[in-house]
Parts: sequence; C-alpha cells; structure tokens
Amino acid sequence: MHAIYAWLIGPFVEFDFLRRALVGALALSLSGAPVGVFLMLRRMSLTGDAMAHAILPGAAIGYLLYGLSLPAMTFGGLAAGFVVALLAGAVARLTQLREDASMAAFYLLSLALGVTIVSLRGSNVDLLHVLFGSVLALDDATLILLGAVAVITLFSLAALWRPLVVECVDPGFLRSVSRAGAPTHLIFLVLLVLNLVAGFHALGTLLAVGVIVLPAVSARFWARQVTGMAGVAIIVAALSGWLGLALSYHHGLPAGPAIILVAGGIYVLSLLLGRVGGLVWRALPGRHLEA
Amino acid sequence: MNAPAAQSVSPAPQQGGRPSPPALRFDNVTLGYDRHPAVHHLHLDIAPGSLTAIVGPNGAGKSTLLKAAAGLIRPLDGVIQRGVPARRIAYLPQAAALDNSFPLTVYDLVAMGLWERCGLFGRIGQRHAPRIAEALRAVGLTGLERRPIGALSGGQLQRALFARLLLQDAALILLDEPFNALDAATVADLTALIHRWRDEGRTVLAALHDLELVRASFPQTLLLARELIACGPTDVVLTDANLARARRMSEAPDPHAAPCVRAA
Repeated sequence: MHAIYAWLIGPFVEFDFLRRALVGALALSLSGAPVGVFLMLRRMSLTGDAMAHAILPGAAIGYLLYGLSLPAMTFGGLAAGFVVALLAGAVARLTQLREDASMAAFYLLSLALGVTIVSLRGSNVDLLHVLFGSVLALDDATLILLGAVAVITLFSLAALWRPLVVECVDPGFLRSVSRAGAPTHLIFLVLLVLNLVAGFHALGTLLAVGVIVLPAVSARFWARQVTGMAGVAIIVAALSGWLGLALSYHHGLPAGPAIILVAGGIYVLSLLLGRVGGLVWRALPGRHLEA
Repeated sequence: MNAPAAQSVSPAPQQGGRPSPPALRFDNVTLGYDRHPAVHHLHLDIAPGSLTAIVGPNGAGKSTLLKAAAGLIRPLDGVIQRGVPARRIAYLPQAAALDNSFPLTVYDLVAMGLWERCGLFGRIGQRHAPRIAEALRAVGLTGLERRPIGALSGGQLQRALFARLLLQDAALILLDEPFNALDAATVADLTALIHRWRDEGRTVLAALHDLELVRASFPQTLLLARELIACGPTDVVLTDANLARARRMSEAPDPHAAPCVRAA
C-alpha cells in the first residue's frame, strides 16, 4: 500500500510542478480524447497528425517576434492551423486532388517552414521546446488556456453531437434533412486545431496529437457505442497522463514522451485484450450461441 | 419528337372542383452532369397522393430524376416546382451510402427520422420512445433495437431505413431502387408499407426494375429513357412497344454533342 502511494501519489503531493503538469494533462484528456474519437470515426486520424505539423510555422513566427510568449505562439498556431485546413479543403474542392493529398502537401511545407523559422533565431533548446513541449513547466496562463480549451471543446461537442454522428454514419441523409453538414465539419476542424494548439504547449507539435488519437483508438476495443467510446477514451488519456508523469519522475524520462508511451502501451494492451474485437478474444472465440 | 405538353399522373379523376396543385411539377426540365443531359426536356406533373413507379433501363436517368426532385442537384435547364415544403420531402438513396462500421444501434439509426421534429439540438428521449418502437414494429425489427447496424443483414438494414422514413412523416417520399437485392418476404412487407403511405395521402415516387412488382403494386408508372417515353396508368404505359422504345435509347453520352437547340 505504502509503495503504491509512494509511486503514484507521493510525487504529486510533494512537487507543485508535477501537480500543474497533472492538471494540464487532465484538461487535455477531457477535451482531446472525445475529439480523437470523432477523428477516428471520420477516418481522419492521420489528418490530426498533419494538422499538428501545420500549426508549427504559426507558433514559430509568434516565437520569432515575441520569444517564448504564450499568446503570440497560441495565436500564431491557431492562425496557421486554420489557414492550412481551409487551403487544403479549398484545393480539394477546386482541383482533382483529394483532401488527404493536399493536406499532406501543405503540412510538409508547413513543417519545413516552421523548423526553418525557429532555427533562424533560436537555439536547439528552443526547437526542442516547440517540437516536444514542456509539460513540467506549465505556468498559470498556460493552465488557464488548457482549461478554457477543454470547456469550449466539451460544450461544442455536446451541441454538435447529433450532426457529427449523423454525418459520419449517413452523410446523404444529413444533406437531405439539413444544411448543418458543412458548418459541422468546419467547427470540428476548429476544435481539432484548438486542441492541438493547447496540446502543443504541453507536449509539443510532434506529440500533441498522441493524447488525441491513441486513447480514441484504444477505446474502440472497449466500447460499442460512441458515448461509451468517448468516456473510455477520456479515462485512457487521463490514466496515461498520470502514469506517464509518475514514470518520468521515478525513472528520469522526458515527461511528454513518457505520457505518449503509456498511452501507446494502453493501446497495445487494448488491441490484445479489448473486449470488443481484441486479438486474444478473436483467437479464443466462445462456442457460438443458439440464436 | 415534339416537346410534349405536360403529362399528368393522377390517382383518380378530380370530381367537379378545382384540381389540387401537383406535388411535383417538372417544367421543361433537363438534368445532367457536365452539360451532358441524363434527363432531357421533361414535362411532368405528379399528383398529390399518387403512387408512381419510375421504370427504365440502366442509365435512363431514374436516380437523377429523384435526386433533382429531392433538391440535391440543380436542373441544367427548366424549373422544378414542389407542392410541399422541402422539409416534408424524404429521400432514400440507392444502397444508402451508410458507414455500417460506425458504432450505432438500430434504435439510434431509426431515431434519426425524428430530425424534422427535434432538429439539430432538440432532445430525443422517453417521449419519443413509443413512436420509435411503433416504427420498428411496423417494419418487423422489434427486438433488434440494441443491435449495431453493422450486424444487420441487407434486408434488415433496408427495413430499418424504412422505419426511419416512417418517422420522417414526409408528404413526398422518394425511393431509389428500394428493393435491390432483397428477398420476396422483405419486398412484400415493404410494399405493404408503401401502400400504407399511399392510403395516408402521401405522394410516393419509387425507381424500380422489377416490372412484375410494378404491375402488381404500383397504379401509376413513368417510363423514362433519358426522354419521357410514357406516363400514366401502369397497364397503359408498360406495353411491349413502349418498353422496346425505351431499350433502344443509347446509354453513352456523345462526347461531341452540340448544344441542344430544341425549343424550350
């Protein structure tokens, strides 16, 4: 009992910076995980990754002009994310290029531009900060930003739940009963960018998408319905944050990657043991039922 | 061929008074993609409360006609007038582009039919449960409410989509080949539902391939082969001569076709 306390709870009681990191990780879990569930169901998981890279040059320009300033990097990241999302959508609509292809083109461009801009002025330490975040150095302003993004995301998802689900299942039906389809898609992309920018402060651009996508794909192996999936995803994300921080504290690992590694571990376990279609259950199916 | 005057599909001769306005009127409508017409210069009235089959070879423009009636594509030319507001039109596309790997239950799929009543944000709750249960019972899916849609057979899925149509409570119902790949029992059950809609005064338009079924169950028929070949009572329309004419229609659009100069 004492050992468990010392391992899982003690560090957070003792150190303020770990408590802040935990609060930040929990806020990210609450909003990012449900967004990830819809990303997965809309077959846009890799789009999430692309968008994560796309916000880099915006954040980098903010950094170039104002240094490591929270508002400058946040607004820069948001602006770059929206520009790439809109451009990719427009190119897909106006040319024969599919949205995934044009998204790939823009995000590669974006990533190269971002790294160049950061290198122009900063050191490698700054580059590492932007790419991998600094979950152990969250100040008040960043925590408020993470909390605000979580609140906005949860309320928006609650309001948009029905059109989001219907658009995934039967877009033709949604088109025939309502014009909510296009605005829903757009607002969803905005929520994605918001969560990536929030996650970027804690985990950096490369790993921010990890707490969004990994819990969602794990949840797919535990729940049969969307609501349950969102719930499981939130729990998986929160657990990853907690265990990841503890792991990083005890073994001197970098905190951001530790969180993502735990999330990845939970994914592998779910893939094997998940009650809904996990590999072990597939290998050992029970006797078939009578009807 | 001269542009025909508007032909009319009516359920019964109007008695005395003014004829009611058509549920759908196609006024010299040309429909198509990339300027190539799929349906050419169509003049047609669909009377309210009529039950009409749309028949014609593949590529005749049946689906295009239904999409245009549903307001999903714009006519290249001409005007479509609808006698019912857009929100009272229900459209069931051919082999609905449904993502059946999506984790959704039959109950939730059917409940989508309440969209018109509950909209984007309205609550669908216990209040609506009896109506949803009644729709499921009408299509014979009672007991499968909790099934994920991915676990349904083709026939069961089509029954669920008909239950959704039931809840949509539409005045004009457009069905695109609703009976493809279904067994006889399912077709009989769903045809009975269509007749129930007719008896309730709803207008039904269905694209179909099975001529036996059309002769047995659909009083009105519209024979289409990119042009309107004939329309009216089914036994008058489905003659060998008319069907042969429909078959002769060429399917491929001529890539060098000149702009149409036919009088509007």
